[in-house]
Amino acid sequence: MDIKDYKNVYVFAEQRGGTIQSVAYELLGKARDLADALGEKVVAMLLGYNVKDQAQSLIEMGADEVLVADCPELKDYLTEQYSQVVYQMITAGCPSIVLYGATTIGRDLAPRIASRLKTGLTADCTKLEIGIVEETGEKQFRSTRPAFGGNLMATILCPNTRPQMSTVRPGVMQKRVREAGRKGTITMFAPKFDTSKFKVKVIETKMNCKCADDIADAKILVSGGRGVHDKEGFNKLQALADVLGGMVSSSRAMVDAGIMDHCFQVGQTGKTVRPALYMACGISGAIQHLAGMEESDFIIAINKDKYAPIFSAADLGIVGDLHKIVPMLTERLKKEVEK
Amino acid sequence: MNIIVCIKQVPDTTEIKIDPVKNTLIREGVPSIMNPDDKGGLELALQMKDKYGANVTVITMGPPQADLILREAFAMGVDRAILLSDRKFAGADTLATSYALAGAIKTLDYDLIIAGRQAIDGDTAQVGPEMAEHLGLPQVSYVIDAEREKNGNFIVKKENEDSVQTLEVEGKCVLTVLASAFEARYMTVAGIVDAYDKEVEVWGADKLDVDENKLGLKGSPTKVWQSFPKQLKAPGEVFEVSEEEAVEIIVKKLKEKHLI
Repeated sequence: MDIKDYKNVYVFAEQRGGTIQSVAYELLGKARDLADALGEKVVAMLLGYNVKDQAQSLIEMGADEVLVADCPELKDYLTEQYSQVVYQMITAGCPSIVLYGATTIGRDLAPRIASRLKTGLTADCTKLEIGIVEETGEKQFRSTRPAFGGNLMATILCPNTRPQMSTVRPGVMQKRVREAGRKGTITMFAPKFDTSKFKVKVIETKMNCKCADDIADAKILVSGGRGVHDKEGFNKLQALADVLGGMVSSSRAMVDAGIMDHCFQVGQTGKTVRPALYMACGISGAIQHLAGMEESDFIIAINKDKYAPIFSAADLGIVGDLHKIVPMLTERLKKEVEK
Repeated sequence: MNIIVCIKQVPDTTEIKIDPVKNTLIREGVPSIMNPDDKGGLELALQMKDKYGANVTVITMGPPQADLILREAFAMGVDRAILLSDRKFAGADTLATSYALAGAIKTLDYDLIIAGRQAIDGDTAQVGPEMAEHLGLPQVSYVIDAEREKNGNFIVKKENEDSVQTLEVEGKCVLTVLASAFEARYMTVAGIVDAYDKEVEVWGADKLDVDENKLGLKGSPTKVWQSFPKQLKAPGEVFEVSEEEAVEIIVKKLKEKHLI
């Protein structure tokens, strides 16, 4: 089959415990742009058990078609079970592009599929676009991603094999506005399992997240780093976040020190966030941290060290002691709110 | 039990800086280290060796200089070290790298294969799962604990975004490991002394069970089209003023931006 015959943009619509994950909708938003540029369709792959009622939601967020595999074998994510179904959907549909969330599930599944299909996969992309090849005028899928700990950006092509596959971290792409009642096709897909390959089973799943709300959804984040020192320091940030109607997040240093839980961590090994306001307090701004927050709409940095790299990413920088400024700012804003 | 651990030599990316004038990466003087997640994987293997008794083999693909991390592995307590080094491996993306590693592992006896979750220079987390697929083995990624049952199965804990899962794996498998879960042991003095008396086996492509067309650049479906240093945005205003003034500046900006 000629590579020109591969058409349509597929999205792995990740669900956990029956809930479609935000990253699936973000990918649909980007897939919509790519498919429109190519004149192709967006197809979502929804795998799980008792999930078929949610297919319409994927259509309203940008999919033209949803392939649904709904069976007990797919209740929990397991590498081989999911790989078999996604592989069958891809070989049956021959998409040109397949996108996955760069989550623990997506980063487990996508390389397995890439290796089974013998095709290319680009991890943790921050930009996906359809470019035009100068010499030929052909359309080309380009995936850009950070490398060397975020010091370098690389644009990757997959010229000779199909599909072209990429993963994208949650929070990087933007969802479309939901179009209630949008029309699309829902197709039930009956997988053929080779159960002899099922070698892994779940014994127990313990939910361990200590945060009820996700920092990736917060409009305002007051974020603390090494300069916050301790739990008491974070209480000051929390008071400010409360006045602003935001949440508190953290750099890696404070997570490693056991002061904040991992689910509040911003950065390359934490979450990618793009709030309307990101206040970096006592965060020096290692490149791995910047990678997780630099797309925020407005960034304020408060740091004692005027040479801290965070100032190069900030829209407004204050050289000073957060332990004095943050409580004063909190009091000042309380008065502002009362007005 | 025979355990194979895949490791990689990487530049310490926390030490890489950008030349502010030329806007390029400064690589000189950046130390090469054993990739942290791989070192965590090696620690897991050595803990299993202490607990159950095992032969631990480390394997890496890289230039001759990668010998250094294999000596380090000897000094930590591994039994055998293999360096896959051949011009035919050059330019490999994750698929071609995983294919070469799988081609080497196919020629060895093993009960368990361990790799780091991801390397800090590429951060893809793809080589482990791609290799598992080439070998037709089950995989568990993001591993924080693993034990071996008497029947040869493994009880493995993995860390997800919001949960810790306990899984049972039937027989041989590939585990990819998080550095944060395994504090690697130090090299022993005797180990360091002995490390240079031991033989690092250097294997070329001809030693592997592979189709040579699938190695290196030729076997890589992805191509780097462009690479460029990250665009830094225009710096904002930075104020070094009294705390009272700082508060007023922030409040003014928040109002301007309709954030309050």
